[in-house]
Amino acid sequence: MTAIPDPSKQGFKFSQLLYDTRYRSMTIQIVSLIAILLFFGWLISNTAANLATLGKPIQFKFLGEPSNYDINQRLLDYTSRDTHLRAGLMGLINTLVLALMGCVTATILGVAIGVLRLSKNWLVARVMTLYIELFRNIPVLLWIIIVFSIMIETMPRPNQFRSGEAAMKLFDSVAITNRGVYIPEPLFNGGLGDIFLLGESSLRFGVSLDLIAILIVLFVGLFISKKIKTNADFIQNETGVRPTTWWKRLSIVILPIVITLWALGFHLGYPELKGFNFKGGIYLRNSLIALWIALSLYTAAFIAENVRSGIQAVAKGQSEAAYALGISPGRTMSLIILPQALRIIIPPVISQFLNLTKNSSLAIAVGYMDLTGTLMGITLNQTGRELETVLMGMAIYLIISLAISTVMNWYNNSVKLVER
Amino acid sequence: MADLSFVRKDIIPERAAPLSETGVIGWFRKNMFSDIPNTILTIIVAYFIISVLGNILPWVFSPTWNSGSLTECRGILAELGRSGHGGGGACWGVIRERWLQLLFGFYPSELYWRPILAFILLGLALAPVLFDKASRKLLYLTAIYPFLCFWLIWGGSIWFPITVFSGFIVSYLGYVYVNKIFGSLAGVIASIALPIIWWLFITSPLSTLLQSIIPLGSESIDSDRLGGFMLAVLIGVTGIALSLPIGILLALGRQSNLPILKAVCVCFIEFIRGVPLITLLFVASTLLNIFLPPGSNFDLILRVMIMVTLFAAAYMAEVVRGG
Repeated sequence: MTAIPDPSKQGFKFSQLLYDTRYRSMTIQIVSLIAILLFFGWLISNTAANLATLGKPIQFKFLGEPSNYDINQRLLDYTSRDTHLRAGLMGLINTLVLALMGCVTATILGVAIGVLRLSKNWLVARVMTLYIELFRNIPVLLWIIIVFSIMIETMPRPNQFRSGEAAMKLFDSVAITNRGVYIPEPLFNGGLGDIFLLGESSLRFGVSLDLIAILIVLFVGLFISKKIKTNADFIQNETGVRPTTWWKRLSIVILPIVITLWALGFHLGYPELKGFNFKGGIYLRNSLIALWIALSLYTAAFIAENVRSGIQAVAKGQSEAAYALGISPGRTMSLIILPQALRIIIPPVISQFLNLTKNSSLAIAVGYMDLTGTLMGITLNQTGRELETVLMGMAIYLIISLAISTVMNWYNNSVKLVER
Repeated sequence: MADLSFVRKDIIPERAAPLSETGVIGWFRKNMFSDIPNTILTIIVAYFIISVLGNILPWVFSPTWNSGSLTECRGILAELGRSGHGGGGACWGVIRERWLQLLFGFYPSELYWRPILAFILLGLALAPVLFDKASRKLLYLTAIYPFLCFWLIWGGSIWFPITVFSGFIVSYLGYVYVNKIFGSLAGVIASIALPIIWWLFITSPLSTLLQSIIPLGSESIDSDRLGGFMLAVLIGVTGIALSLPIGILLALGRQSNLPILKAVCVCFIEFIRGVPLITLLFVASTLLNIFLPPGSNFDLILRVMIMVTLFAAAYMAEVVRGG
């Protein structure tokens, strides 16, 4: 028989809740849970009391009312007679467009600058260091305003194009003015038209069937190209000789797309100067361009540091071993250093993407109508529904952040080193 | 037969490295022109630097420091024959005229010595925290500095910061005495509960009472007159100082074995990290009044400081957790 008495038989003392290590953690948790619940209960009762005094019970009816304001940069059709919900949707789409554009350019720039900062060339390395320090140490809001004011101050006015003081760039296809940038738009002569989803509701949107057709052709091409690569890998493993596949893979992707484009009657609609302004083409407002440039340059500086640290973290012996085996510098980089560096680079770059998306809410400073500008800006001011709009806005940002981090974590897991 | 073998009997003296490998030329050859791609890269970057500086420097160095207005500035530039995009030069007159406003906002100019003194004391108060060599006695200054700074910048009755500060003394005394009588746990509880009671119920009437007995104080400055660089430093220092302890607590909570505490910390950190700072500031300016008891109205700068601190604390927590 054991000599240790079972404590439960000795009766339960109240002081055991605090002095017995088995119960103490439970006590602390329950006390803190009660404290937190009380705190939230206090907040909610305050809110209810305040809202009752103001006569504004929580309801989302305002989302169905006409918004009565214009949104100058948008992807879908929208008029000031549309609802607040649709205005919010326009803002959300604008946020997503800006975030996507920014992430793509910031990644490209960041990787290039990060690699160049490690260059043996003294001048190049110093210039890149200067760039990184300059952009990391000045708030992004200032960069947005600087780029915006440079756009407004130094770019030619549309009427200067008429008098010949300014000219369109790239074979008369792109016009850079102080109001924004006009680029050619893709048009289809024999197009398939659009399909409209969700009828006449506030969330309606049209999808171009031409775009869907091109995407399908592209993905089929990429799929076949991947098959060819797998096949080539197989042959190389069997015989040791790798068949030349690059022209096959390239043509299987590009040729069908060219044929599809031709069949759909693809051509570009160029912007033209009519009256006091340009007509036709895609109009990117100066606010969008300024945000895009500023956010890309700013985030690129951070991504560059992540890339540099990732590359430096790969042990030097790895590349020396590769050179000893006679592998060329380019293949050493792509086959040995980058796969190992990517594992280290991706997690911090994910948080940079998240930061860029969140920083895009500074768009309100230059009048780009993103989610903060529509739902949490004008809609809030017009309806006075601060609780509903701000909570909705925060919830949407939270969902975007969580979605980006889920997708990127999934990608991170796919490139992660598989340990056996 | 003569010995024809050539064997050197003496060592050749060391010669200097060739001129092209040492000194400035050698350095340039090695670091910038080692091979053809490197040379091309150097030339491109040099061209880029020259073109950027060539555009920016003339704009920066424009003799408009003393111009009183935009028209006057444009006039000076036009006389020099400089025109072009953006007027051909910077108009620095606005900086000369408004730099005090950029530093202090709309703070009354005869009271500028107060924020300046506060920032000098900030340096002294930070010294013992940052440098080991600084005198330990300065730590007392560090302890009272937040209250001193508050009083210097906002002014008003001196009794308010003093009564708030004595909350900490109440906490310490409560711990010492209750610990002696009822044991250590009760001491801890008393050291937390007593100052809260002190701050909630005693501080404000006591400071009013003391002020009516011994009126001591300075001219009070409203929050909306603060601004400029001063406000940035104020919010920044507060955020940094307060977010570190909160961040460490959150990080510990996130790592703890207690599931409820852990869930609360994770939710808080992920929520704050998932939304932009500007939405939290929206909450501070529009929603905080709804969340708090009816009739309570507290200072906008204080609200912003709370939000910035919470925001920084969530990020700090992740940094602490990573380290």
